[in-house]
Amino acid sequence: MVAQIWRQIAARRLTITFLLLGLIILLFIFVPLLKMVFSSSPSLLFDTLLEGEVRSAIWLTLYTALLATAVGLLLGVPLAYFLARHRFPGKRFVEALIDVPIVVPHTAAGVALLFVFGQNFLAGKAFHSIGIDFVSAVPGIVIAMLFVSVPFLIDSAKQGFEKVDVRLEKVARTLGASPWQAFFRVSLPLCWRSIFAGSVMMWARGISEFGAVLILAYHPMIAPILVYERLEEYGLDYALPVASLLIIICLLIFIGLRSIAYRGERA
Amino acid sequence: MIEIKNLAVNLGTFLLEDINLSIEPGEYFIILGPTGAGKTILLESIAGLHPIKSGEIWLNGREVTKLEAEKRGIGFVYQDYALFPHLSVKGNLLFGLKQKRRSKGERQLIVEWVTGLLGVSHLLERNPSTLSGGERQKVALARALSISPQVLLLDEPLSALDPHAREGVQQELRQIHHRLKATIVHVTHDFEEAIALGDRIAVLSEGRILQVGTPEQIFRQPNSEFVARFAMSRNIFAGEVRDADDGHATITIEGLKLDVVTELRGKLHASLRPEDILISQEPLRSSARNCLRGTITHINDRGSTLYLTVSTPLDFICLLTRRSFEEMGLRVGEEVHVTFKASAIHVF
Repeated sequence: MVAQIWRQIAARRLTITFLLLGLIILLFIFVPLLKMVFSSSPSLLFDTLLEGEVRSAIWLTLYTALLATAVGLLLGVPLAYFLARHRFPGKRFVEALIDVPIVVPHTAAGVALLFVFGQNFLAGKAFHSIGIDFVSAVPGIVIAMLFVSVPFLIDSAKQGFEKVDVRLEKVARTLGASPWQAFFRVSLPLCWRSIFAGSVMMWARGISEFGAVLILAYHPMIAPILVYERLEEYGLDYALPVASLLIIICLLIFIGLRSIAYRGERA
Repeated sequence: MIEIKNLAVNLGTFLLEDINLSIEPGEYFIILGPTGAGKTILLESIAGLHPIKSGEIWLNGREVTKLEAEKRGIGFVYQDYALFPHLSVKGNLLFGLKQKRRSKGERQLIVEWVTGLLGVSHLLERNPSTLSGGERQKVALARALSISPQVLLLDEPLSALDPHAREGVQQELRQIHHRLKATIVHVTHDFEEAIALGDRIAVLSEGRILQVGTPEQIFRQPNSEFVARFAMSRNIFAGEVRDADDGHATITIEGLKLDVVTELRGKLHASLRPEDILISQEPLRSSARNCLRGTITHINDRGSTLYLTVSTPLDFICLLTRRSFEEMGLRVGEEVHVTFKASAIHVF
């Protein structure tokens, strides 16, 4: 009997080992998050939410990340489409380049951006002349978020466009659609789920950005920087409710958007 | 009509060169070639989907070489249908009509007309993914016809279908051609399909046209190995299938009556593989329905096998192993019997 059980276990050694290893990493992700969410009492969380500084930081985070995503959609989706439809020498290099922001330390990314968008540098000067400044300003937060998060959108959209059969566009052309109309009436509707999923990832990544924003725009303060500042200035007890609140809000938004994308997938 | 003069298309990895074709109005024109010959590229070039390196394309007396695809008024059907998966059947059929800014009433009329023509009216609300292969291909045809195209281009329209659906769609194509007097250019790698449907055939290989002619000419005097090899491997005849007195079918080929097994009737083609024919010196008593007497007129020695041409006087190409050939001691001029089953004849 025992021998039989052992044999069964032995036969599933691989499955069991992988399951156990997987369980460790799942706990590693879950436990800190859960502990964080439940470590502050609901009343404390509510009080924290009523603080003007906290509310404005969270609001600023959400909408700058949204702005960054909007810019990403406008400029990244066309690039994704171009990459999905064309072959050219150096394409691999371009594709690798797009993913570089994911791998560089984000403080370094912030410094790099400063070197272009700072007031004494080329793009900084050009934008300054039309009244847009980046350092310690909302546009700085947006470009910092854009830089580190747009690869998620471009990659996801590119994969989506690659799955759309080119022949569908060709048929659309023969049916009287211009290249633009073929894109908007065929390719885009067929790819929207990938673009939407990429946008959600990009937005979420933007909300969570700290390093690059820290360098470009410590003020106005976004939520991750507020958490950092409270930890530095007042200690863990003050940082915790803000951090919990941020995690809860992100989770709710993320779950909500994921379920929209999932519903689309089933339809 | 379509006139193609010295067309060259360079896609980097593939080259079409020196293409000259003149397709008559109302003609059913076949472009036949093996996989990778450049058939699809030629068809897409006619539709305006590839930049052209040199040469000209004329459509009904108007040069369209540089005209955008959306302005050419060409109906296009792909092998795997290419129906828009995010639209219903009706949405697919309306796509071109909305693009051409037809009025609502007009759109309604045209949709009714094409769905009636192809017998797909009952599918209008369905999603393309729920349709069978044959249904999808009919919808794709209906969609191409919805814009009242000057020319219909078909890229391997039957290849993805199972044999039963293929027969149905083939019949549909014949009818459309007949009823609409449509000019059709149909690309295929299937010789039987080409013979069954084509008024004329162009043989394309490695980006060049090797031969243009009627099915008969292409088949009897092939100048390409692709066609010759096919011609060698099949006996192909044109004939008429009728009901025999006993309810079975017979095909009459140049006065010769053969038993066949088929549901089809009318002016059709029949093919018979050389390996399905038995050769004997005495008449055979067997279950095979067709037994004819003829004379060996030609022997083509292929080493371990030989192809014999037996004139009855209709010429049959028969395949024999060297061993049988030697044991029977066959010679040119000798009288033999050819025997084959009714079911060995493929009618198409």
